[in-house]
Amino acid sequence: MAPNDSAETTGEATSTVVGRRKAARYIVPVAVAGVAAATIGLVPALASSGDPDLPEISAQQLIEKIAASDEEQLSGTFKISTDLGLPLDGLAGSFAPGGAGGDKDGGAAAPQDKLMELTSGTHTLRVAADGPERQKLSILGEASEYSLIHNRGEVWAYDSESDEVYHAEAPEGRDGGKHAEKAPKAPEGAPATPKDFAEQALAVAGDTTSVTVDGTAQVAGRDAYQLLIKPKQSGSTIGSVRIAVDAENGVPLKFTLSAASGGKAVVDAGFTKVDFSRPAASTFDFTPPKGAEVTEADELETGGDEHGAAQKALPGQLAELDALAGEGGFNVIGKGWTSIAEITSPGGKGLPAAGSDDMPAEAQGFLDALGDKVTGKFGSGTVFTTRLVNALLTDDGRVYVGAVTKDALVRAADAAQ
Amino acid sequence: MSQAEGAPRAGTAPRAATAGAADPTGPRGPLRPGDPARPRNPLWTLGLLRSEITTLLRRHRTYALLGVLAAVPVLIGIAVRIETGGGGGGAGGPDGGAGPAFLAQVTNNGLFLVFAALAATLPVFLPMAVGVVAGDAIAGEASSGTLRYLLVAPAGRTRLLLVKYAAVLAFCLIATLVVAASALGAGALLFPMGEVTTISGTRIGFGEGLVRAVLTSLVVAVSLTGFAALGLFVSTLTGSGIGAMAATVGLLITVQILDSIPQLSGVHPYLFAHYWMSFADVLREPVHWDDLIKNFQLQGLYVAVFGSAAWARFTAKDITA
Repeated sequence: MAPNDSAETTGEATSTVVGRRKAARYIVPVAVAGVAAATIGLVPALASSGDPDLPEISAQQLIEKIAASDEEQLSGTFKISTDLGLPLDGLAGSFAPGGAGGDKDGGAAAPQDKLMELTSGTHTLRVAADGPERQKLSILGEASEYSLIHNRGEVWAYDSESDEVYHAEAPEGRDGGKHAEKAPKAPEGAPATPKDFAEQALAVAGDTTSVTVDGTAQVAGRDAYQLLIKPKQSGSTIGSVRIAVDAENGVPLKFTLSAASGGKAVVDAGFTKVDFSRPAASTFDFTPPKGAEVTEADELETGGDEHGAAQKALPGQLAELDALAGEGGFNVIGKGWTSIAEITSPGGKGLPAAGSDDMPAEAQGFLDALGDKVTGKFGSGTVFTTRLVNALLTDDGRVYVGAVTKDALVRAADAAQ
Repeated sequence: MSQAEGAPRAGTAPRAATAGAADPTGPRGPLRPGDPARPRNPLWTLGLLRSEITTLLRRHRTYALLGVLAAVPVLIGIAVRIETGGGGGGAGGPDGGAGPAFLAQVTNNGLFLVFAALAATLPVFLPMAVGVVAGDAIAGEASSGTLRYLLVAPAGRTRLLLVKYAAVLAFCLIATLVVAASALGAGALLFPMGEVTTISGTRIGFGEGLVRAVLTSLVVAVSLTGFAALGLFVSTLTGSGIGAMAATVGLLITVQILDSIPQLSGVHPYLFAHYWMSFADVLREPVHWDDLIKNFQLQGLYVAVFGSAAWARFTAKDITA
């Protein structure tokens, strides 16, 4: 290139030529941006186009494959996104004090609170397992990490953000035969991996459910079959459950739960990277960092209860409902996908979590704003809706909860009258 | 660019060019009077770069910027020390948790002051300093009237632009290392040093911790390259140095605000600042590369787009001052 290449115009005749040449240079950045945009758009499309060619397999065989899967060593990165459509964004988060410093009274790095955070938003996790005795689960946060480590009878939890440590002895009996992901202290109702999800979904199967193999897919670079589970009954809010199962060893790699109303998946959880070789032993070693605050599990017993109760009141935790059975009347109406839980609180009044007696007027108004008023043969009540679970709270203090539509709830309430 | 191998006899020429670099009208002109379009000795470009960097580092403004950057970790260290000194050695966790990342670990290991300082300076201080230097690169020369003289020498506009960008990149690295070194020094003086607990809970030796600190600094420096290219482009748009600096820093603040609005999450992956905090992934065990790689790709994209835009603008521009 000529030094000081002339941009000056020397006359009328050349000015248009020079102008054109100037403009032509801007093609370069535009082209670079265009190529980048095309790459961003095309690469995922190209990558996902190659569904692997696998031999035909029946649904039964596939479920057996899952059941027979005995992979005990794996490590990988796991991504979970949940969109329950709660009335208020991040309501789950506010119930479960997890974030920085919010867990002062709940105490340190107790795992229950942290795992509850997984029920809303998108999270990246890392899992590692080496047999039933050693597992590790880490939730990657922005510039922080929450690790839950089980190593031969010891359970450690470390929250790097607050530099706090939680320690407990592993409960006996729970570590037998289950996978890594089934971390010993995982609270009921907050499943974290495909294996857990698959077991829950298959448990409700029966003649109410259609289970089919729906093609193949690539998950975390591995060939997988897709198991498609659909409710046969109408009135359920669950559209379909899709589980990608590793074709080679039967490990569930991805779980997708879609709502009947369509849209984005309610729960989308799967490995983005997985490796079935033995993780390094050092992965499971943990000694509390010098100066970190260590909380022992026994010290927490009392403090945790309060939060436990609040968590149980959360929608989307079907499995937790039976925990309420002891506290009041509990009764299941219907079966399969459209089963509805009927709960009568002991006092015959209001919400189990926040007794409406003591509730200030503002709070009552707030709750009313979140729900829709409905009336029927049963009287009147308020319906709280999420994308998956709906709840009807009648004015005389009964609660109907289920993964069913609003109308089905009202019908159930009428029938129970 | 120039692929020509330097002829042995030309060995002394670059030195002459460097010597006269402060006065660009000096020996550069007559160096190759016969054939200015011919590809030149790459060492010649190196000389130009060296003169550019020395000019940059001799400025009072640069000293002031680096001084502020060096003071930040010291201030953080002293604040944490005072806060925990009277408290009897508690964990010293910040009450609201709103402080910069890694602050809780600083009391137990001084090395974490490096990470805490980088986390504290990366959102604003570091890129602001880079923005000042990048914005000034071309526009500053134009407003002080020296750009014309730089171009009188047979350097070529493309080469001058590349050298300017290289100098800005060097400043990115120097600024980051100044923060890291000052943090390391303050951390060693104020807090105990020793084995490092990664944020995944595993332990690594102090030596490896140091390696991670250096790696983190490099990642932070690379994180700034995209913004530096943007600043250079802005700098070619105007003849006012102050204007270019203000516009560049203004862009930085705008992008940081956009990045914090959750409703705009669809745009976030394309904002140059979005993956900046991914440097913390270096401290995981094993290192979590996903976001780091995304960060590098994004910075590369910004460098390519705004670098070529700066080239298109600068090589076609009328130089009037």
